[in-house]
Amino acid sequence: MPAVAKISELRRGEAGRGGDDIRSDLYVSFEERGSGGIEIGLRSRVELYYGEVIRRQVHDVLRTLGVEHALIEIVDEGALPFVIAARIEAAVRRAGLAQRKSVLPEAVTLAAPSQRDRLRRSRLYLPGNEPKYFINAGLHGPDAVILDLEDSVHYAEKDAARLLVRNALRAVDFGVAERMVRINQLPLGLADLEEIVPQSPDLILVPKVETAAQISDVVGAIDSIAKGVGVTRPIWLMPILESALGIENAFAIATASDRIAAITLGLEDYTADLGVAKTAGGSESLYARMRVVNAAHAAHVQAIDSVYGDVADTEGLLHWGEASRAMGFEGMGCIHPVQIEIIHRAFAPAPNELEKALAIVAAFDEAQARGLGVVSLGSKMIDAPVVQRAVKLVALAKKMGISADQAPAGEAS
Amino acid sequence: MSAGVATSLVTNAAGRRVPTHVNGRQESPYNGVNQQTPTGTKATPPIRSSADYPTNGDKRVRDLETALRLCGLRDGMTISSHHHLRNGDRVALTALQTAARMGAKDLVWFPSASFPCHEPVIDLMKSGAVHHIEGSMNGPLGDYCSHGHMRGLGVLRSHGGRWQAVQDGEVHIDIAVIAAPTADFFGNADGSHGRSACGSLGFALADSVYADRVIVVTDNLVPFPCVPWQIQGNNVDYVVEVDSIGDPSMIVSGTTQITRSPDRLRISELVARFLRDSGIMRDGFSFQAGAGGIALAFVDYLAGMMKQANVKAGFVRGGSTKYLVDLLNEGLIGYILDGQTFDLDAVKSIASNPRHVATSPFTSYNFHGKGNFASLVDAAVLGATEVDVNFNANVVTHSDGRLLHGIGGWQNCLFAGCTILAVPSFRDRIPVIVDEVTTVTGPGELIDIVATERGIAINPRRQDLLDAVKGKGLPIRPIEELQAEVEKICGGKPAKPRLLDRPVAVVKWVDGTVLDTVWQVVDDNPYAPKVSGGE
Repeated sequence: MPAVAKISELRRGEAGRGGDDIRSDLYVSFEERGSGGIEIGLRSRVELYYGEVIRRQVHDVLRTLGVEHALIEIVDEGALPFVIAARIEAAVRRAGLAQRKSVLPEAVTLAAPSQRDRLRRSRLYLPGNEPKYFINAGLHGPDAVILDLEDSVHYAEKDAARLLVRNALRAVDFGVAERMVRINQLPLGLADLEEIVPQSPDLILVPKVETAAQISDVVGAIDSIAKGVGVTRPIWLMPILESALGIENAFAIATASDRIAAITLGLEDYTADLGVAKTAGGSESLYARMRVVNAAHAAHVQAIDSVYGDVADTEGLLHWGEASRAMGFEGMGCIHPVQIEIIHRAFAPAPNELEKALAIVAAFDEAQARGLGVVSLGSKMIDAPVVQRAVKLVALAKKMGISADQAPAGEAS
Repeated sequence: MSAGVATSLVTNAAGRRVPTHVNGRQESPYNGVNQQTPTGTKATPPIRSSADYPTNGDKRVRDLETALRLCGLRDGMTISSHHHLRNGDRVALTALQTAARMGAKDLVWFPSASFPCHEPVIDLMKSGAVHHIEGSMNGPLGDYCSHGHMRGLGVLRSHGGRWQAVQDGEVHIDIAVIAAPTADFFGNADGSHGRSACGSLGFALADSVYADRVIVVTDNLVPFPCVPWQIQGNNVDYVVEVDSIGDPSMIVSGTTQITRSPDRLRISELVARFLRDSGIMRDGFSFQAGAGGIALAFVDYLAGMMKQANVKAGFVRGGSTKYLVDLLNEGLIGYILDGQTFDLDAVKSIASNPRHVATSPFTSYNFHGKGNFASLVDAAVLGATEVDVNFNANVVTHSDGRLLHGIGGWQNCLFAGCTILAVPSFRDRIPVIVDEVTTVTGPGELIDIVATERGIAINPRRQDLLDAVKGKGLPIRPIEELQAEVEKICGGKPAKPRLLDRPVAVVKWVDGTVLDTVWQVVDDNPYAPKVSGGE
């Protein structure tokens, strides 16, 4: 770029949102200038406390992006530094500048890499362009958070949301929650992967998958990006089956890559594809759900259910979750943090169930110790698959932090 | 320029610089919790004779102007009013405007709290009719005072402190104007009936006893006797009947709503779990929680835990709402001792349920009494704008120094067995846990718990509470650790706004001593968060 641009070539870009009803975000208007350095117009809710810090950050971000002369106007509604950086970068890029550059916030320490078969009872959806929900999401104790770039983000905001989610993956401490990102369908999803993969998300949800080939495309892109930037932490995949064809191909999709840790389904799109109404009872999607459960177990991946849309109906959610577990699912999505605890309760073994399993495991251990081939409990002989199920259940309960007397799972103190 | 500017400043026991004189009157600096011993006798209202009042009991006069004239309205008088009609109140402003029209100057307005509906009092201060306000100020009134426009110093007191100041003779009320949702011609008055029903009239009780003259203003005159008579007609000089004392839709809310903010719900749940796991929640215990979003959600969570553990509370101190009323009706709590009645269900309940009892700042809060209910409460859940690492807290100013909120019963509630501040760890980007609060409203030695969405800090002075919740799975963390975590998120320590070295108001402690000074603000921050009214 020449040091002094012609007036006719000067470019503008805007990003983010401001206004009385907006919190934790900002509006940025960027205008390239031919000379005169950086001029900042700042109006901030937190001017008195962080005005100077924000001005310093604006200079740092623009310098990193290679911008020397510009007018930048900001309406700040108390946005955190990682949001400010993402919005400025989005505005500058929309002005057509700094296409190959980015400003990465300081990285927080990540929890241990995610295991393929870790608990995935609850995954909390966070709209990818709504930064106010990010910072405390991990505090609510979900097994995972999903930073969503797909349906919750307007088409015109995909580029900005991508930068915001990228920065959140680096700067936000989600605690022990697994860091998931739902990308867009390819080819749009390729641009998402370019920004996201270098930040080591634990799992990527791939929407509207209908064939195994689509998974291969995503895996190819992840492999090449990860290799290029040296990402070593595992990045798992959870394909979302949202059409009749996707459901039909469930097993092929579930076995399309070693990266797949789970499969799930999207019932809004699926029922739309069928041309039927989505009901509270869900009888119209019974086949799809059972098909997903069966395919997942056949492929040795987790079967994860859809979401329960009525936040106010906690009873309905509990029933749905319990039925879902009974059907063979291992978790479901949450659209509000109040759903997390209820879902964890729904997917926890019942006290009597656990008690019985513990007794069976004890009988099995005793039989092993005594060198007996047959396990019996009281007067009953226990079949091998029953023992196997009991062992699985006890292991699962342990993972959930549940003991036989149903002590609630504690928080680190 | 200001008659109330202090002659000098001294440093009090809280380490704060406070004026020795306030509005011409000598004041004692704060001396520490329970360190100030009062002496002397209570204020003595003038003796009146029945011979000077109508033998038929009919004290009605034509209008407020007539009543004020008969009360001997003069320049410099102190006129009191009360906030039980909250933001729907029409009486206080009308009384002050009438006095101004009659030519009165330099009045002192002594409200139990002010609300956004009282904004036109600014015009009365500009015209000289009102000299200054002694009472909570927020919104436009708070800004007017914070910018040093008021001629005298503002004096902020707790509800109990207001009773104490009147009773101890620190504030002499010349004329009390009491808005009454129901009254008879003798002046007996009640708040739980009538189209402007608001619940308890407790805030007006001290004024009715100690003021020189008392005017009752009602829009629901009933035949003698008005029962119950929380305000006794024997203390009342004149009764004025008007078309409307206030806007019912602003007096009580139709329904109070529990917050849906996930972070606030988490704070509420943590507070409820703390009460359960610390053993404070046990049969016969008591608690107090207001009508704010966190407080309501806390009550909801606690009720669930009480049911599960089959525990019943002996009494609850309100701020009453539908949520408390439901618990009372379900038998989960024995009594509601109500200071303020917030919604329609609560107003209906206080009017009909003998276990839902109207209280006053005398019974609940007055520090210069032979005890008060607030110290009998096992746990009080309160808010704050800031709290420092020594647990000193601020509830009256925003961190930019502007008056934001009245003290209400907040200081008085600090005497509960366990005082809990339920606060988000930061608002917008502004950390709530700071090195030093802008205005000390409550001394840290009385604040036991700071509960945020990121964890619970227990005051190290309360080893008993630290022990009680050990190993219970609650996220207990040192307050310094919470502060450091939030400062990291927010991008460093926030800058301290510069304030002018000129007092605009003082904060009184519950014993009448001066706890802190509110200083004039310099930086005009038109883009600061909007503030809504409250006590």
